[in-house]
Amino acid sequence: MELIVQGIVKAFELLLSFDPEVLGITWLSLKISGTATFISLFFGVSIGTAVALTTFPGKRLVISLINTGMGLPPVVVGLFVTIMIWRSGPLGFLEILYTPYAMIIAQAIIATPIVMGISLASIQNLPPNLRLQILALGASRMQMVWVLIKESKLPLLAAVMAGFGGVISEVGASIMVGGNIKGYSRVLTTATVMETGKGNFDIAIALGIILLILAFLVNLLLTHVQQRQRLR
Amino acid sequence: MKMFKNSKTVAVLIAAFLLFALGASDVLAANAEPKQKNIILATTTSTQDSGLLDVLIPIFEKETGYFVKTIAVGSGQAMAMGQKGEADVLLVHSPDAEKKFMEAGNGVNRRLVMHNDFIIVGPSADPAKIKGLKSSAEALKTIAKAGALFSSRGDNSGTHAKEKALWKQTGITPAGQKWYQETGLGMGQTLNVASEKKGYTLADRGTYLALKKNLGLDVLVEGDAALLNIYHVIEINGTKWPKVNAAGGRAFADFMVSKKTQGIIKTFGVDKFGSPLFFPDAGKKVEDLGK
Amino acid sequence: MNSIMTVQNLLVRRGGVTVLDIEEMSVEAGRVLALIGPNGAGKSTLLLTMAGLLKPDRGRIFYRGVPVDTGARRSEMRKSVSVVFQESLLLNTSVYKNVALGLMFRRLTTGDIRKNVENALAYFGISALAGRSAKTLSGGEAKRVSLARAFALKPELILLDEAFNSLDPPTRETLIDDLRHILEETKITAVLALHDREETLRMAQDVVVLADGGILQSGTTAQIFNQPASEFVAGFVGTETILEGTVRNNRNGLLEIAVADKMIEAVGDFLPGKAVFCCIRPENITVSDAPQDKSSARNVFEAKIQKIVRQAFFYKMILDCGFVVVAYITVSSCEDLRLCEGSSVAVSFKATAVHVMPRER
Repeated sequence: MELIVQGIVKAFELLLSFDPEVLGITWLSLKISGTATFISLFFGVSIGTAVALTTFPGKRLVISLINTGMGLPPVVVGLFVTIMIWRSGPLGFLEILYTPYAMIIAQAIIATPIVMGISLASIQNLPPNLRLQILALGASRMQMVWVLIKESKLPLLAAVMAGFGGVISEVGASIMVGGNIKGYSRVLTTATVMETGKGNFDIAIALGIILLILAFLVNLLLTHVQQRQRLR
Repeated sequence: MKMFKNSKTVAVLIAAFLLFALGASDVLAANAEPKQKNIILATTTSTQDSGLLDVLIPIFEKETGYFVKTIAVGSGQAMAMGQKGEADVLLVHSPDAEKKFMEAGNGVNRRLVMHNDFIIVGPSADPAKIKGLKSSAEALKTIAKAGALFSSRGDNSGTHAKEKALWKQTGITPAGQKWYQETGLGMGQTLNVASEKKGYTLADRGTYLALKKNLGLDVLVEGDAALLNIYHVIEINGTKWPKVNAAGGRAFADFMVSKKTQGIIKTFGVDKFGSPLFFPDAGKKVEDLGK
Repeated sequence: MNSIMTVQNLLVRRGGVTVLDIEEMSVEAGRVLALIGPNGAGKSTLLLTMAGLLKPDRGRIFYRGVPVDTGARRSEMRKSVSVVFQESLLLNTSVYKNVALGLMFRRLTTGDIRKNVENALAYFGISALAGRSAKTLSGGEAKRVSLARAFALKPELILLDEAFNSLDPPTRETLIDDLRHILEETKITAVLALHDREETLRMAQDVVVLADGGILQSGTTAQIFNQPASEFVAGFVGTETILEGTVRNNRNGLLEIAVADKMIEAVGDFLPGKAVFCCIRPENITVSDAPQDKSSARNVFEAKIQKIVRQAFFYKMILDCGFVVVAYITVSSCEDLRLCEGSSVAVSFKATAVHVMPRER
């Protein structure tokens, strides 16, 4: 009990004193997961929308693959990415193992199916005639797609949050491909694991609190936007 | 473009994306310079968990301009990385495995860096009554006989290799026994597990000292010559894997055995724990250690 | 006749089933055509095909005499054809932006968009809603916005799919009146999928009856309602007598309406000169063997029996008294009066039994 109280007190001391190491780790987490989320947003929304709006043989199979991908185990992604990019791997020439690049790639792979699945579902959930109505009003194909994406912006926002929440709290793949290198690829989750291992529970708790706060802020933002949309 | 113009959301998203992309690129800038700058150091968790590398690596990086990527894993995994040319230099403590590693031509220039010792720790109540025993093998035998809980790293690390060697001396096969648990975790976490479960474990002194304040574990057996924990630095064979940064590996190995570094190792931990965590050994012979 | 759109030899299949098979159909410029028929008759499919939103498996569409057979011509046609779906399908933004949507696709200047949107909103009496979020509108308001969005494009042809469905009766009444006035005023050609006979009478000059993807009958509204080509059409449009007439006089709500060369008295409030429909339900028409002076009925005419059709419990009679009316008579009275085709009888009905509706000219 004493340890927990002590840990929490120390954690707040670290937070309130803006400990440069803790801040650095937080900022790096945001940058890596944020970049990965935006990459996944690009691929997820475009492919998800394309699949939703077209008909082709095997569409059901593709959709169930995407839905399976939403639950892609991060460590499997980590393993796969590691094998691909280590020096003897097919992409070894890139020399990006144990870099933030590798973490961004792995996290983007984890987040993309999440974003894709949610965009797919949200576009499919729009009234089926809406597409025709928009075309009938004289929209080009691109304009139609753009209007549909805008129309489902709320679920898409949820997709972004889900993707970001998924990757920023992910540890398995990050530690495998990033290596938890101090000041370089050490993020909130990998640092928490390491500090716990080192017995530095205070720092581990501080990092955990930051993760919680980030998760809370993300959800707060999401709720705020949703409420504003509803009340308008 | 009218459609796009009235959408503030898009503008914000794009701006945020650029911010992140630019932000990320300055983190990655270090990587954009000559590739030879990066050194992958595969090492054991004990060197990282004790905090030694946090002191040494910044000095090395400042002196040489290299960028060290420390991958802290067990000695077994570190050598597995070396075996595939995925690391440039190893800092490990599993002498028997290291010899095989060298014989296979994976490494060059294996050099003694430092040592500390292993200790057998356990709850202060000491249910198996091993406290004061001089022989570590004897202590393990006693634990087995008493059926007292023993936490093993179980991760092929240097510590795990040492533990297995000790069990071999006793003639007991602990694997599969009810009182024998493999954590599969690093040293620090295994110590935590042993502490929580009131079990015994074999630990390196450095990690134990670093974590002591949070552990309910006492040192019960120490000083046995069989418990020596010896760290070597090994450069990975650059002719076998052309992608290996051989020059960087050599520079780091040289740094580890340099007089200045050895001096730092000698005093590391004294201020915090009252005694050093490691004993510098560069230039010595393994046979002379512990004497 | 000047047709704005013609479809020929049209075939649409879905999942191996023919949902539309039409040899020929024309939409006359400046008129309102009602597509009527039961659910699943193919009305919506026909509208989508006419709008160029659905590619038929076979057949051709001519717009102003030019075949619409390339993508370029199809998008060209879409610029002058507006479609309003059954659901209002508004976007989750303001009413103004919804109405402006099609104009934005056409890349009009902000000023032009504003002008057109404000006009369209004013037409449908919803200027006050411009700043509202579309999600907060009632069903009737949303439908008006959806119509305004289509009219803002100043189309030559507008296609409306079940526009009044799912609206409560009063909302529907006023919307039907407003829409009729707007169509009259703008002279926009319209095709309306409807399934309500009264809406059809009030809105349309021409009618096409669809069932199972095919055309059962097409013609003017009066033709369809008074001379249904089959039992099916008759059952669908009802057996009510519908007479075209013109109001000649209005004495405190008692109307004198000229029908053919006769004068019918009815109750209603229309100015003299107004073109109207007079609708009389068959059960409100009395048939007797001779004119009865004591009858309280204001409308008494001599008639000849054209046709007697035996129904389940009564006879349906088609009678010619200068105009054609349909009446029911019980089996026993028919036998008592010894009526047969060609007999002369007296037909009478009360002024209050005549339902007067305005008619387009």
